[in-house]
Amino acid sequence: MPLTRQEVEHIAELAKLALSQEEIERFQEQLSAILDYAAVLQRLDTEAIPPTAQVIELKNVMRADEVSPSLPVEDVLGNAPSRRDSYFCVPPVIEVAP
Amino acid sequence: MPYRPTIGMEVHAQLLTRSKMFCGCSADYWAAPPNSQVCPVDLGLPGALPVINARAVEATVLTGLALNCEIASVTRFDRKNYPYPDLPKGYQISQYELPLCRNGWLEIEVDGERRRIRIRRVHLEEDTAKLTHVEGCSLLDFNRAGVPLMEIVSEPDMHSVDEVREYVTQLRSVLRYLGVNSGDMEKGAMRFEVNVSVAREGERGTKVEIKNLNSFRAVTRSLEYEIARQTRILERGGHVEQVTMGWDEDRELTFEQRSKEEAPDYRYFPDPDLPPLTLDPAWVDGLRARLPELPRAKAERYQREYGLSAYDAGVLTAERAVAEFFEAAVAAAPAGVDAKMISNWLTGELFRLMRARERSIEQVPITPRDLVALLEMVAAGRLTGASGKEVLEEMFVTGRPPAEVVAARGLAQISDEAALRPVVEKVLEENPGPLAELLAGKEPVLRFLMGQVMRATRGQANPQLAQRLLQEAAERRRRAS
Amino acid sequence: MELTSLTILEAGRLLRRGEVSAVELTESVLDRIVAVDNQVRAFLTLTPELALEQARAADERLTAARRSGEGDLPALLGIPMAVKDVLCTEGVPTTCGSRILEGFLPPYDATVVARLEQAGYVLLGKTNTDEFAMGSSTENSAYFPTRNPWDLSRVPGGSSGGSAAAVAAHEALGALGTDTGGSVRQPAALCGVVGLKPTYGRVSRYGLVAFASSLDQVGTLTRDVADSALLLSIIAGHDAQDSTCVDLPVPNYLEALSPEIAGLRIGVPEEYFGPGMDPGVEATVREALGQLEALGARLERVSLPHTSYALPVYYLIAPAEASSNLARYDGVKYGHAAPGADELWELYKRTRGEGFGAEVKRRIMLGTYALSAGYYDAFYLKAQKVRTLIRQDFDRAFEKVDVLAAPTSPTVAFPIGARVEDPLQMYLSDIYTLSLNLAGLCGISVPCGFADGLPVGLQILGRAFDEATILRVAYAYEQSTPWHTCHPSLSVGQGADPAGC
Repeated sequence: MPLTRQEVEHIAELAKLALSQEEIERFQEQLSAILDYAAVLQRLDTEAIPPTAQVIELKNVMRADEVSPSLPVEDVLGNAPSRRDSYFCVPPVIEVAP
Repeated sequence: MPYRPTIGMEVHAQLLTRSKMFCGCSADYWAAPPNSQVCPVDLGLPGALPVINARAVEATVLTGLALNCEIASVTRFDRKNYPYPDLPKGYQISQYELPLCRNGWLEIEVDGERRRIRIRRVHLEEDTAKLTHVEGCSLLDFNRAGVPLMEIVSEPDMHSVDEVREYVTQLRSVLRYLGVNSGDMEKGAMRFEVNVSVAREGERGTKVEIKNLNSFRAVTRSLEYEIARQTRILERGGHVEQVTMGWDEDRELTFEQRSKEEAPDYRYFPDPDLPPLTLDPAWVDGLRARLPELPRAKAERYQREYGLSAYDAGVLTAERAVAEFFEAAVAAAPAGVDAKMISNWLTGELFRLMRARERSIEQVPITPRDLVALLEMVAAGRLTGASGKEVLEEMFVTGRPPAEVVAARGLAQISDEAALRPVVEKVLEENPGPLAELLAGKEPVLRFLMGQVMRATRGQANPQLAQRLLQEAAERRRRAS
Repeated sequence: MELTSLTILEAGRLLRRGEVSAVELTESVLDRIVAVDNQVRAFLTLTPELALEQARAADERLTAARRSGEGDLPALLGIPMAVKDVLCTEGVPTTCGSRILEGFLPPYDATVVARLEQAGYVLLGKTNTDEFAMGSSTENSAYFPTRNPWDLSRVPGGSSGGSAAAVAAHEALGALGTDTGGSVRQPAALCGVVGLKPTYGRVSRYGLVAFASSLDQVGTLTRDVADSALLLSIIAGHDAQDSTCVDLPVPNYLEALSPEIAGLRIGVPEEYFGPGMDPGVEATVREALGQLEALGARLERVSLPHTSYALPVYYLIAPAEASSNLARYDGVKYGHAAPGADELWELYKRTRGEGFGAEVKRRIMLGTYALSAGYYDAFYLKAQKVRTLIRQDFDRAFEKVDVLAAPTSPTVAFPIGARVEDPLQMYLSDIYTLSLNLAGLCGISVPCGFADGLPVGLQILGRAFDEATILRVAYAYEQSTPWHTCHPSLSVGQGADPAGC
């Protein structure tokens, strides 16, 4: 079942990826091929099989509610592409105003 | 048939833990300088991994128990994927399929009618960073990111704004009783989302969500606005769109944020970084045993045991600290001072002082023992009511015990006949006119003479005794004449 | 003997005896890097100043210890090593082979890096990788492809191709890599070195930049098995910062090594000798199996019937997790930010569109699709269920045998560019390695000869937390064969020089 162009564009929107026209076409083709390949899984009856989300049988891994030191502010902001004083700075969202 | 609203609520409550949900940074972010309580985990740095705060799990289970929920035997965390700059990892660690608590209820009482509002689920997640919009840019502070956040979701069981107000008031009170949330809405410790549909009874309306409500007032005002808006549309024969609304605090109106078609696809899946939790029933029972008596149960007991009115019982139990003060006072009360008297003084005089000086009960320096010591003096007639209030006010300011204040101010009530009789005689001698009127049978003039006795004793005369002595003295004169 | 061709244990002995200084050793390795890395291109970042500083500190300690007679020195004191660039190193660039993390300086060390540091290692630099470890050839690095030291026109495998090539080309005595679907074992096989992928949960992932969190594991690349055992003893063990890292005692893997494998039951999974395999690889691996038998092991045919489903399962689960793990790269907190973006979503989309390469975008798209409304059950959940079947295959096999033995890769190193246009063909490179990650077990690839003059790897797969046994089998094999002593020619198209062994 090949993906439509609209589906590829919708996924790119969900993933917040700007794709070129050429990329959209290429992904449409390649993702369809991979998903076709993955369709082989549908042959297996897994009705009674529990899913594996994690392989190790750990449980109840928790820590005590204790405060440990934070990073120095300059380290927190050290990699910031854009900052104002001690804040990270992001461009505004253009949204429908009230 | 009239239209009526159907309302459900989602309440987000920050948990009062020391550290954050998944890292050791301090969760007490309110006064911290921007980005000063941040580490690789809550900043979402590449490679950082979360570790669950055990106290946050405990606080959520405690809440679930207080809300009569079933506690999950197996629970886990899922990733809720949505991009936004206040979400450092691009996903929020939350709970989707297996929340910690589900299927509970909270009882409310409106206009004398009791109702159970069903709780669908209580789950645990992490708070987002704080975004502040300034000219041309948004400022991001990650101190709040990762603070433990509990989400309490009700069923759409409420049908009036009054019920909603009562529900959130009760809920806040319960959370504060449990010590899991500060209830401080000005600091964003509780935040609300409502969903409301309007329809004729028996019909189904269209659900509209209102997000980002930060106070009880915003909840009730936005609901009133939205119910009126939907009713107006329906009355005109129109139909309500399924949308998500925001609330414009300044203009007091709802505005559309997102249509049904734009509903986000969160792509939930189990967080592979966090192994599941299995809650041992014995551990849950241990928590259950630690549950304090909750406000409604307490209020009912006060009415039953102490004969208090529903109103007074409600006022006394709304805050755990007030109830504890009241109960300590009742326990310390000597003969002659009953719970009713303590309730009256507490909810009347003490609350008036607290309101006037903007103090909470924790900030009042009066001990329950001192309060009842004061009330005993009043009850035994050693202090007038008026003097009692004066003493209470000084105790409120200085924290000194009542006996000390009474002695220093010379306020002890004169209940000694021998001491009071000469005063009465003197008043009568100095007021021949009123005395004559009294002897002529004009009883109202007694109040004037009482006032004179009080003035002469600077209010310390025992009023009952003074009145009896005045009447006796007048009687003697009548017989003598 | 060249200092650069020493194993970690050999170098450690020389350092302790004072026959060579850490500075001398580090300088020779740095010289070797200068001489050959313009051809091999194993490193993304070099840290020569830091390395010499660490070496000088090591020498001070070594000298003091010799004077005082102190014997208990940290195991890696003065050993120059390389670290794959998906592991965070405080203050040293960590790019994950991606433009989106260009210039990123982590303010913290990965737990494994901190443990190496505690053990006294010398950091030479950060090695090349397929972008975010997504690839099997190191060609998906956003910076440049690394070349195979045995034939510079071929790939070193991937994604830990930089680490494998650096160790093979004597540009480091050992290296850390990461293995999500074979990314340590496959390049080890293609470069003729030893690659160990520990059990999921054996080694902390804290500071390993996540690709697929339920599959990722830090591993080692070394010249011989004993060095792998040594490194594993250092990096393994509980870490309170990784909730999936188990709290089990760490054996002394080095002391547990023994060439004795008589009576050990070795399963040979028939599905691992299927179509698509180079005949030369098959012949070499079968010969290696014969050698194991000659050492007294009992070979048994076993079946892992769901093996053919591992590839589609992997290519649903890994991209799904990746699509979520890579959501944080948005141009706000660190790394690349699209210049001139004055609206939020424009910043997000352009940053990610510019910052990620083709393979990463492809997997983000695939994973986003597999998790999206309406497809979750058919793809993601289905894959998780089949993952259970794959785990059960191993459980059954390990009821009968102690370890499994199989080829690491179906082919030898392929020419650069041969598979870049065909993702599915590239994915097939990992067909014998990724089941192990899905089951969370441990595996090691050890050199077992050459096909067409290029190295072939023998893979030993073991039970969960039974690294000691796979190390023992690999060690017994290695010690009875000459392959670990072979050195690459660093030329184009020549393949191995058999005289190099």
